[in-house]
This record gives sequence, C-alpha cells and structure tokens, in this order.
Amino acid sequence: MLINVNGFIRRYICVMLVSALASVMISEAYAHDGVEHEGQKYQASNPRWKEDCGACHIAYPPQMLPAESWRAIMAGLDKHFGSDASLDADAAKEITEFLEKNAGTKKHEVLAKPLLRITEGRWFKSEHREVAARDWKNPKVKSPANCGACHTTADRGDFSEDNVKIPR
Amino acid sequence: MLRVNFILVLIVAVTAGLAATPALAEMPVEVLAAIKSEASGMPGFQGFSAERGEKFFKTKHNHNLSCSSCHTDNPAAQGKHSETDKVIKPLAPAANEERFTDMKKVAKWFKRNCNDVLDRECTPQEKGDVLTYLLTVHK
Repeated sequence: MLINVNGFIRRYICVMLVSALASVMISEAYAHDGVEHEGQKYQASNPRWKEDCGACHIAYPPQMLPAESWRAIMAGLDKHFGSDASLDADAAKEITEFLEKNAGTKKHEVLAKPLLRITEGRWFKSEHREVAARDWKNPKVKSPANCGACHTTADRGDFSEDNVKIPR
Repeated sequence: MLRVNFILVLIVAVTAGLAATPALAEMPVEVLAAIKSEASGMPGFQGFSAERGEKFFKTKHNHNLSCSSCHTDNPAAQGKHSETDKVIKPLAPAANEERFTDMKKVAKWFKRNCNDVLDRECTPQEKGDVLTYLLTVHK
C-alpha cells in the first residue's frame, strides 16, 4: 500500500514537472515573437490607420508585427499581397510613424527577411494551435487574415478569448 | 436666469451637432465635372455614357475581375471584398451619400482598383462613364 502511494506521488510530481516545463517553453515562445500581450486588447489608434488600413481588412494592431515588418509593408503598398493599396505620401508617412511607434517591441524571431504576414509568425501559430483544420477551411472564415470571422470584437482591437466565436 | 441657461445649452448642442456632421467637400456632380474637364483634353472626347459605364463596370477585365466582383452587379447594394470578405458600403451616391464627395479619395480608389482589375490606371473617359452610370443607379 505504502509503495503504491509513493508510486502515485512520484507520478504526480512527474506530471507537474512536465507541465511546468511546458508552460515555461510556451511563454518563451511568446516572448520571442515581437508581440505585446496586454490581455489581448490593443488600445493604440490613429484615424488614418483605422480608415486606410481598415478599408479592405481590419486594421491589424501595430503590436502584432515588429517595426521592420511594418516598414517593409509600407514600402511595398503598390503590391500589397496582390493588390494595389498605394497611399499618398502624407498618409503613408503618418501611418508608418504610428505603426513604428506602437510596433511589437519584444525580442522576435531572427529572420533573413522581415515577416510580412502576421499569420506566419510563431506567436500567431501558437495562439491558434487548438483551431481545427475544418474551421480554417470554413467558407465563413475564408482566410486566417479574416480575424473578425471568429474574434467578434477584432475591429475594436479586442482579441480576448471571451469574445471568440468560431462559426459553424 | 433659467431661460439664459436654456439658451446656452441650446447653442452648445447646435454647435456640437454641426461639428459632428461630416464635411462633404464636394458633390458627386462636381467630381464628375472635374473628371470631365480632364477628359475634355483628350482627343475625340464626345461626352460620357451611362450605358458604356455600366458595361465597363460589369465586364471582367484582367484576372477574371470586374468592378462588380467586389461591388456586386447592383452598386446600390452592399458589396464584399473578393479576398477578405470585408463588407464594402454601397458605391452608388443614391445609396451612400459619402461616395464621390472627396476628390482625393476618388483618385486614390480609382488608381488602386483599376490597377487591380485592369493592370493599368483608368482613362478619364472610363472614370467619367462609370460615375455617370453610378449616378443613374437608384436605391
């Protein structure tokens, strides 16, 4: 009986150690992705960013990419993921400054080229690891770039889990 | 005293109301006139045609895309971005009074969308034809 109890305790300690290690690894992964996590609510706003970036998709929060990514995106707006999204010089300057000022600041992955798609970052993939393949393929979702398909308050910068509703 | 206060409140309320009204810099007909003055400089210009504009709007050009791919065949209806599914407010001024009221915005979107759909910018003739057509669309 005593041996059994000891065995149980040993197994219990083992499980605890493994899960503690896993959570340390997960938070390490987050810390290396250039993204701030303040309760998944992003406050920074700018009227031109909201209007121009938010015209074809939601205005993605600047914290979701590091400054060099935003600079690369803003420098190639005439060929923006297959579309011409060019802006006049004034608007481009103001929006670039806003994005740089509020960009993700934590240490991020060292890549040969700046990451241009939020959805290709380690942070994004880790946050969405529980989303089933059939949900991504749902025509109501259409693309991982369509935040608002599941994050019902994404247009307000609120990505908290309470407001996630995966369409069926 | 009460009356003075009431008047003051009224003035504040009216001023706030005016400030909240979006400033419509131009009217769609003024935007059309500006496009027309540009088109008039082109050789052989004989005015705009709503019929031609409608055909241009609904015809698939390059990449299997037309204006109506996103704005739908009914410009008075809400559209949807063909890639992202984001809702696009109606394009016809009769259905959306903000449309074609800002020359800069008109130029920005014609440039972008013509590049996407035709791989080139639109001519003043094409832009004028399309706007002439959109002005004939009722709610």
